[in-house]
Amino acid sequence: MRLEPVADPGLGRTLGFPAAALGATLAFAMALALAAGADPLAVLGLMIKGAAGSKFALLETLNRATPLIFTGLAVAVAFRAKLWNIGAEAQLYAGAIVTVLLGTGALGLPWPLLLPVSALFAALAGALVLLGPATLKLRFGVDEVVTTLLFNFIMLLFVSYLLEGPMKDPAGMGWPKSQKLIAEARLPRIMEGLRLHWGFLLALVAALGVWVVQTRTTLGYEMRAVGLNPEAARFAGLPVGRIMIKTALLSGGLAALAGWSEVAGLKGSLTLDLSPGFGYTGIIVAMLALLNPLGVVVSALFVAGVFVGADSMSRAIGVPTYIADALMAAALLFMVLALLLSRVRVRRG
Amino acid sequence: MGGQAQARVVLRLSGITKRFGPLVANDAITFDLHEGEVIALLGENGAGKTTLMNILFGHYSADEGAVELFGAPLAPGNPRAALAAGVGMVHQHFTLADNLTVMENIVLGTEPLWRLGRGRAAARRRVEELSRDFGLAVHPDARVGSLSVGERQRVEILKALYREARILILDEPTAVLTPQEADDLFATLRKAVARGMSVIFISHKLHEVMAISSRVLVLRHGKLVGEVRTADTDRHQLATLMVGAEVAALEVRPHAPGPVLMALRAVSTPARGNATGLKGITLDLRAGQITGLAGVSGNGQAALAALVGGLDLPEAGEMEMSGAPVEGWSPRRAVDAGVARIPEDRHKTGTIADFTLTENAILESYGDGKFSRRGWMNWRAAEGFATDIIATYDVRCPGPATRIRLLSGGNMQKLILGRVLERGPKIILANQPVRGLDIGAVTYVHQRLLRARDEGAAVLLVSEDLDEVMALSDVIHVISEGRLSPGFARGTMTPAELGVWMAGHGFEEAGHAA
Repeated sequence: MRLEPVADPGLGRTLGFPAAALGATLAFAMALALAAGADPLAVLGLMIKGAAGSKFALLETLNRATPLIFTGLAVAVAFRAKLWNIGAEAQLYAGAIVTVLLGTGALGLPWPLLLPVSALFAALAGALVLLGPATLKLRFGVDEVVTTLLFNFIMLLFVSYLLEGPMKDPAGMGWPKSQKLIAEARLPRIMEGLRLHWGFLLALVAALGVWVVQTRTTLGYEMRAVGLNPEAARFAGLPVGRIMIKTALLSGGLAALAGWSEVAGLKGSLTLDLSPGFGYTGIIVAMLALLNPLGVVVSALFVAGVFVGADSMSRAIGVPTYIADALMAAALLFMVLALLLSRVRVRRG
Repeated sequence: MGGQAQARVVLRLSGITKRFGPLVANDAITFDLHEGEVIALLGENGAGKTTLMNILFGHYSADEGAVELFGAPLAPGNPRAALAAGVGMVHQHFTLADNLTVMENIVLGTEPLWRLGRGRAAARRRVEELSRDFGLAVHPDARVGSLSVGERQRVEILKALYREARILILDEPTAVLTPQEADDLFATLRKAVARGMSVIFISHKLHEVMAISSRVLVLRHGKLVGEVRTADTDRHQLATLMVGAEVAALEVRPHAPGPVLMALRAVSTPARGNATGLKGITLDLRAGQITGLAGVSGNGQAALAALVGGLDLPEAGEMEMSGAPVEGWSPRRAVDAGVARIPEDRHKTGTIADFTLTENAILESYGDGKFSRRGWMNWRAAEGFATDIIATYDVRCPGPATRIRLLSGGNMQKLILGRVLERGPKIILANQPVRGLDIGAVTYVHQRLLRARDEGAAVLLVSEDLDEVMALSDVIHVISEGRLSPGFARGTMTPAELGVWMAGHGFEEAGHAA
């Protein structure tokens, strides 16, 4: 048995293998359900119903997908340029902190002004958080996987300090949470009575924007060139360092918008459990989307659906919600395997 | 070398076929190798020479056909079988441990580890004997890392002889040698053959094939298209067999040198890793002139190319363009100053494999107003540019939206040529511009370089192929250990005379003169 590279995978291979990966994930889910002693079809049915079976379920899924689209885009943009940003979680919290700082009354502006300003500064904060690791990488060759990953823990401890100290809500009965945002700083609901806020539509716009940047602008061309072959890019005279910095700023900014939209759109305040790992899940989202910004929307919806559906299914028949985490891990592994297999052909002899 | 028809057959390949997907790399290849003969395996890159040898060595197993060594069938797919049966191979890239001595490299793997210390004296005596008998001068206690390329090759051959190889396969052995070293190698091979050794000599250099072999096998597109006795053939017939068509001769018009466009004055650059730096070199690149850089690989060619191409800066000395000192030198500045750069490695540095032809064509010029404005790409213009290059430079491809990784090396190189020449360069840095290309593409690239020179460009041709340098260059410099010889005008030096410089002689006297 040996593996031979396929010169041109073609459309069938590039789409067929990821589809097979999703199928394998589904089969794995059923096997897990069976192992938990439940009827696989019932588990699957309940998960689908829980994720998209009602208006409430669907909106819940869309709400959950919103931060995942932002973090997924952040990761997709960075990975495309081979900047391994594992720190979307830290950038998300940086955005959330700034949103709370500006939105709890410090800045008295009407909402059409306050929201863009807080979004801008939140994005800047996230961009700055990634600027450090990117600079270290360029100047001293420090591995950004390590620095961005470790920054997540630093940031979480910093948020914990803020919520126990300077940003603690005096009226919070001792709970580590920030003050609530003023009404002008909140993202409005898309429709009265619906639990869906404007963050979701903005995430869609962001995905479209990233797609336009990648395919239509010189920056997108440069980022793809640097990601595919930095040596050739440098030889051709591309400013590789500057491109890396721009990529880092864009990626960090996008991740921070996830924090901004969660605080301003959904939670209204900052707590330590603002993100149940949206930054890390963003990596899965981006990988499942093959780093395509429009694909990120689809895969974020899928991932959100699995989590929301698993919650609901678990309440109904008691299969633990961990099934969602196991599923995500399986989906990622199957997808990476599918990517590899779509580029090689197995031959005997 | 008569009477070989009666000699024993030591290796027999019958009907060897190997397919890679739709590509047939070897198509029913059958031949015999006799005791005490040298056969040359001649063919262009991609003709299937390497695949065939990999089958013989068990790295691949053939889809059809059989290999017989000394009358016994060779088990397919077992890399040790051929070695054990007495086949030695000298690869293009040597398989030696740099941090061990010559002796240690030779003995390594032939004896169990716990006996390495014992039998040393006997082993050493044998190595010394072999090296004397076959004219393979190399000090047994020298560290391989400190040896020259020619010496390393001798160690590889000694290694094979020490293991009592009776068949020796040499893959492009002269590519890294000076003409004198190549002659020494041939002398060694003749001695070995006189003692009954059989040799397969893989090459695409016709004059060497004519000099050393008794029989020539020509491979083309995986097929054995010709088998001729060397005595009955000539270079022209072999070239025609190898290419499958008449080979056009290169027409070189008399040159009219113009002003100096780039000048290096006593320039030095530091060594980078294993790459030799430059040691006080002085060089003029004149308009309308091809300046050739001859030398054994790894003697500072890379450093000079990096300097001219904008990737490096002089540590000492002056670098001038059109009379003015160069400032803030970088790849971008080099491109903007009109330096066309054809890089040594078109796969790694010349192109981005997963980019389309269009995206690769504008790699140096996407920032021009023609292709982008205020950060927005003009893909229509870019595609038009790529389409023009494809037509003008005869790039064979399905279209500008094809990913460049699907192109052959020759077509890739034509796109790079188009990319840099369409900018109307003043200086052209051609670093190994035809390495790995088939003859059609080689001729094309050479014609383009000559035309650019006739139109007034200053061309710096860096090549390890002395024949190429001598055929194209109006002025030849030899580089050795980072030092540069004076320029020799076309036709004033023989290959042997240049070989003396390539081996590092003559620089001491010339150093003062320059």
